[in-house]
Amino acid sequence: MMLATITTPDLIVFVVSGAAALVGALGVITLRNPVHAALMLVMTLFSIAVLFVEEQAQFLAAVQVMVYAGAIVVLFLFVIMLLGVDHSDSGARDAIRWQRPVAFVSAVLILLEVSVLARTRWATGAHSTTAKLTGSGAHVSELARSVFTTYLAPFEATSALLIIAVVGAVVLSRTSRNRSPVRETERPESVGGSGAEEATLGSTPEVRS
Amino acid sequence: MSVPGSWYLILAAVLFSIGVVGILTRRNVLVMFMCVELMLNAVNLTFVTFSRMLNDVAGQVAVFFVLVVAAAEVVVGLGLIVAIFRRKANVTADDLDILKG
Repeated sequence: MMLATITTPDLIVFVVSGAAALVGALGVITLRNPVHAALMLVMTLFSIAVLFVEEQAQFLAAVQVMVYAGAIVVLFLFVIMLLGVDHSDSGARDAIRWQRPVAFVSAVLILLEVSVLARTRWATGAHSTTAKLTGSGAHVSELARSVFTTYLAPFEATSALLIIAVVGAVVLSRTSRNRSPVRETERPESVGGSGAEEATLGSTPEVRS
Repeated sequence: MSVPGSWYLILAAVLFSIGVVGILTRRNVLVMFMCVELMLNAVNLTFVTFSRMLNDVAGQVAVFFVLVVAAAEVVVGLGLIVAIFRRKANVTADDLDILKG
């Protein structure tokens, strides 16, 4: 009865891209090779972008493809290539034996919890408090108006966040070429000394073992 | 009429649960990180669905910010992973126990 009210193209788009998203997600968590997992992640992200289009969020769909599929997954693949494909994540024994059953149980619990929440009155918010998503094609301009007026302060905060993230990534990935000579000369006189320096990631001598 | 929003919510919940399973069962740090992205995307789908159901643009704005934060998170997280890999080859999450007392 409910199916009759849904137009066929919408149903086909939802079923196909939803199935592709689920298959991709299952591939991410089951495939051994991290490269294959990343490619399955692309499939899921792209399917979700299609679902965004289906839900009239065209701008977010474009950004999803560009940022996620275009930038983030490429970054993942770069790191995988940089570090080499690691096959050690096979079915080897976990350090905690009951980790895997507990994982499935907790996932089922989360699913149940979300379902219970969804059965009750989840959508209690008022309609169109920020701005209406009126008409077709007006969504992008509405989104832009909201981002640059109501949400201007968070928008500026995200620019600061991006700068901080870039600086953090540069600091993290910098090789400690100019730091190691200092440490070599420092180490004999203060063996257990400078705790603050040793606390920083990448300059801990013990980790190298 | 388009597909009801509850279907999207169910799909998003299932995707989120798959991400949880991946994080808890996989031991490769990179794949665990991909599962985090999966969970973020499931929540994004929920946001967009509620945005459509309530006819309010705020959900889409939230997704916009989630995208930015996810990008920053990936940059810093992958930087951390590279920094760890530089110290120890062949790292799974179980090997990262240097904080163990």
